[in-house]
Amino acid sequence: MELAAIILGGPFLAFVLLGVIAPLRRSGRPAAYVSIAGIGASLAASVALLLRFQANPEPTTWEFLWAPLTRSPSIRFGVLLDGLSVPMLVVVSLVAFLVQIYSLGYMNAERPASLGRYYTFHSLFSMAMLGLVASHNTLQTYFFWELVGLGSYLLIGFWYEKPEASRAAMKAFWTTRLGDVGFALGLIFLWSAGGSFVFAELFERADTGELSGTMLTLGVAGLFLGAMGKSAQFPLHIWLPDAMEGPTPVSALIHAATMVAAGVYLMARISPLLGHTPHVAAWVLTLGTLTAFLAATMALVARDVKRILAFSTISQLGYMMAAVGAGGAIASIFHLTTHAFFKALLFLAAGSVIHAVHTNDIFEMGRLWKKMPITGVYFLVGGLALAGVFPLAGFFSKDEILITLWSGGHSIAFWTLLVTAGLTAFYMFRAFFVVFFGEREFQGHAHESPAVMVGPMGVLAVLAVAGGALGPGIARLLERSISVAGHHEASHAGLAALIPYLGTAAAAFGILVAWLGYQRRAFRPEAIRKAAGPLVTLLERRYFIDEIFLFFYRVLYLGLGAVVGWIDRYIIDGLVNFVSWATWQVAGYLRRVQTGRAQDALYAIAIGFLLLVILAMRG
Amino acid sequence: MTDHLLSIALLSPFVGAFVLLLVPGRARTALRAVALASAVPPLVVAVALMVLYDTSAGGFQFMETYPVIPSLGIQYHVAVDGLSLSLVLLTAFIYLTAITTTWYLGKREKEFFLFLALLVTGVFGVFTSLDLFLFFLFYELAVLPMYVLIGVFGSSMEIEGHGPFGWTYRALRVGIKEYGAMKLTLYLLFGSAFILVALFMLYVEGANYLPHATFDFLQLEAVQEQFSEGTSWAMFLLFYVGFGILAGIWPFHTWSPDGHASAPAAGSMMHAGVLMKLGAYGVLRVGFQMLPDAAADLAWLVGTVAVINIVYGAIAAGWQTDIKYLIAYSSVSHMGIVMLGMATLTELGVAGSVFQMVAHGIMTALLFTLVNMVYDKSHVRDMTKMGGFGHRQPGIATFFVIAGLSSLGLPALAGFVAEFLVFLGAWSSAHSWWVFPAVLGAFITAVYVLRAVNRIFLGPPNPDFPELPDARGMEWVTLVVLGGLLIVFGLFPRLLLDSIDVGVMEFLARWGN
Amino acid sequence: MTLERLLFLSFVVFSIGLFGVLARRHVIALLLSLELMFNSVNLAILAVAWHNGWLEGVILVLFGIAITVAEVAVGLSLFLLAERIRGTVIVDDLSELKG
Repeated sequence: MELAAIILGGPFLAFVLLGVIAPLRRSGRPAAYVSIAGIGASLAASVALLLRFQANPEPTTWEFLWAPLTRSPSIRFGVLLDGLSVPMLVVVSLVAFLVQIYSLGYMNAERPASLGRYYTFHSLFSMAMLGLVASHNTLQTYFFWELVGLGSYLLIGFWYEKPEASRAAMKAFWTTRLGDVGFALGLIFLWSAGGSFVFAELFERADTGELSGTMLTLGVAGLFLGAMGKSAQFPLHIWLPDAMEGPTPVSALIHAATMVAAGVYLMARISPLLGHTPHVAAWVLTLGTLTAFLAATMALVARDVKRILAFSTISQLGYMMAAVGAGGAIASIFHLTTHAFFKALLFLAAGSVIHAVHTNDIFEMGRLWKKMPITGVYFLVGGLALAGVFPLAGFFSKDEILITLWSGGHSIAFWTLLVTAGLTAFYMFRAFFVVFFGEREFQGHAHESPAVMVGPMGVLAVLAVAGGALGPGIARLLERSISVAGHHEASHAGLAALIPYLGTAAAAFGILVAWLGYQRRAFRPEAIRKAAGPLVTLLERRYFIDEIFLFFYRVLYLGLGAVVGWIDRYIIDGLVNFVSWATWQVAGYLRRVQTGRAQDALYAIAIGFLLLVILAMRG
Repeated sequence: MTDHLLSIALLSPFVGAFVLLLVPGRARTALRAVALASAVPPLVVAVALMVLYDTSAGGFQFMETYPVIPSLGIQYHVAVDGLSLSLVLLTAFIYLTAITTTWYLGKREKEFFLFLALLVTGVFGVFTSLDLFLFFLFYELAVLPMYVLIGVFGSSMEIEGHGPFGWTYRALRVGIKEYGAMKLTLYLLFGSAFILVALFMLYVEGANYLPHATFDFLQLEAVQEQFSEGTSWAMFLLFYVGFGILAGIWPFHTWSPDGHASAPAAGSMMHAGVLMKLGAYGVLRVGFQMLPDAAADLAWLVGTVAVINIVYGAIAAGWQTDIKYLIAYSSVSHMGIVMLGMATLTELGVAGSVFQMVAHGIMTALLFTLVNMVYDKSHVRDMTKMGGFGHRQPGIATFFVIAGLSSLGLPALAGFVAEFLVFLGAWSSAHSWWVFPAVLGAFITAVYVLRAVNRIFLGPPNPDFPELPDARGMEWVTLVVLGGLLIVFGLFPRLLLDSIDVGVMEFLARWGN
Repeated sequence: MTLERLLFLSFVVFSIGLFGVLARRHVIALLLSLELMFNSVNLAILAVAWHNGWLEGVILVLFGIAITVAEVAVGLSLFLLAERIRGTVIVDDLSELKG
């Protein structure tokens, strides 16, 4: 448990130090070292924890009283170390560590004060993400979930002089916040019906039937809504492409490997509950599949290399969600792990290219293989892994997902995801060929990136290649933690044995088409693009979902705001002002009684007295 | 010493006011020193009270009783319990930071600190007084100095009128500080009229069942069950409307935005940070606690209006372009959470309500001091003319973000604890539907807060504002203290919740569930 | 000289005085009318006292006259001052206190 303290404490301490000690933060590189030290400690401790856990795979919990209450169950916070959280801790801290080192090179043009700010935010984010992973209850998960969102907001909007960056940061925060409304309500429902926030207790009560019915369904649905936001599931995916305004290492860490994975992680964590709510699980599967397919289509027409990767991430997250929905939480987490490696690798490689050529547009690049061979190799490795080519990591994990879907009888989802695999290979290699090969050569100076950037990529590349081997190990760890309820044992028998070949075929087909179109020029993709004009527009405009949200924003928020604000200031307050004005007016009239002339007053006295006398004589 | 802790806290600013009268107006350092000195004992006392309060025993502690007018049943009777303890702490902190934020006022400090000290005396009196007559006296004492603080030290910005009553706006000169001051004071006095009527009803009614007519809270509380239902209802409604006006319940909230917009930093800090809590506290103590049966019957009204406050305030805030109005409507919205919490009549809800009184008090004080800093240094209140301030004012920007995040309920800050407790309480209450608009309100808050941050601080450096100083000297004290408290209470809510929960459980005992 | 006749006379003088106080425009006329009212009251008191043989009535009237003298002195000085400052002796024009 002390290891857990180091894991969480490292980045937390770094954040506090950098946040409070302004001179340290403003010094630039020393601040970076503090932050890297923090996350480095986390990494070391996580690995140690993993090794220890493998030897003794018993989940351990530690909790403390956060909000004491007498009658209601007190709110306890705590740390849960089990087969799901421990490997995730390693993944998160590893990628965070590598990204922070990479950033030393990528962000070398920043002023020291800005660099310090960058690393402060990184420490904050890492602390929050690790805390999320280690949470033992829903409320605490929400707690760190929001903090992760904060880290994302701060890092996406890091270059705050750019209005697009700030807008993207707000969009990200608002979209995930919308999902979080669901999360908050969901966890309240679960607490209300299940009497606790703690995962273990909720699972128990769901198993015994104490926690069931509408409340359970709504609760899980609410949590899924939160996951939809964080993991960019359709239609809450709109923030992720825009989030690419942030520095590329940030995209690699947050929008590829960790934060967006949080939604999948949450769903995997509550998969026992999903087992009891088949309706919600069906929705998860459907939306996941839909997301995977639609995102892949949007990647087909993108020109910005980061946007291509962003859509790719959304698509892969869809795969993971679909797996969870089909009861394959283990396959999902496996893919999450491999995806973290190869997607982060791809982002870092893209960042390496961007850093060298100062543009994101793939069509402004070309033939970079000669000038940046190392980056090129890494990009290729990442691309192959993503496409799911044997024997790289992505092959195994994607395969597991497909097998899970097939043996669960979800044929529509299966075929959709298979086709999507083909699309994935295509768009990825479209980018690869255009950037590193192609007809045009990049005009300008481009050289390979420094070691501090290449090193981390190398580590990730190794993992992307060899990660497939982790599969069985992960499965073993997870099996003990994710209870069997709802977990569908994927059978590799029968037709399922063909799936690896189908997967590879789809990938090969996609790569082939990309090669033919962009490298061999056997056909002209530009012509197809022109011919399929309206379809391309639809994809480029991202199915107009952004416009729909914008409409709601304008009409509901701004419009309603104007109405309410106007009514409040001019009607309700207008009434108050009217009362005030009317009082003044009446006072003005009444004032005239006071003529200031003594005789008028005397008149009044005389008449009054007369009246009194008459009244007295009457009564 | 411990016997008189409360009086020390209460009298310290009062004594400070007297001393200020004696100091010549030109001795700026001396004036500020005296003011600051008067703020230290209450803070020390408040912290001591938190530490020394016996949570296992509960109830009213540190009680002091001195007769004032025995024949009428008026006495100086003060004490704190779990509910008021945190509020005393809040007031002490806000008073201190209000002084440090006004450190560079530059003119007529004597009058300013004098009236501020009187105001604070009133506030402490209200939170600790168990004699309803003096409660009311202190209540008025807390309200009236605002007139001077806003009317003399505030800022003016005329607003033109539109709509059916538009012509009155020019006649009344809506927007100038005198307007804001007068409107606030008159509106609040109007509310006090309701309170006074109900107070006398209580006194007279209570006299029927007590050996000797009295204004004493505890004695009246003991016999309130015998009041007729109609009388209880009438009194509760009068108290609710009267105190509620100060708490900013819809639709009697419009004094608040104008009052805030014109007020100086310390004025707004007191107003939104503490005064509005006086109103809520009044409803809680004199409304709910004194008249539990009527309260149980009418809680639906309190909660429904509260929910309107939350959503309406948030939506209206989104429309505002004047930064002061934006924060003002934000306050109206957050006070809705306070009122909602107490209407739920659940442990979580009421605890959340009191916690929100403290949390919101701190965050809104911080926000107001920040927007006033922005205004002082840039001379603009209109957000559309701002932008890129973050470059030159990173300190202000950072604390604005912290306060804004607390406002939208981000975990690790105090606002989250309060809001979430209220959400849980709302769902567990008799009117579960309240949770939905409440959560919606939190979402809308996120929208306007981030938009404000974006409009004011982000973007390229603004060429219209070549000179934009950041916070200086004592102003940092204000920011760091308030910001720090938000973080501390957000991470360690037990610091407050331990005592609040004791108070809440005793409070809820009246309804037996 | 019956009591009724004296009281009637008092009433008449009082009415004349009241009319004068309410209707006359010159400040001196006002004071004169006021004097009439006072004297009518004195007359009434004396009449009743004489009728019943109460010495207290006479004493009361003597006190009243003394006080009236003081009041006239103050009133005259005030009006003199008012004439000097405001330049008018017309009551209608002395309306500083108007609303």
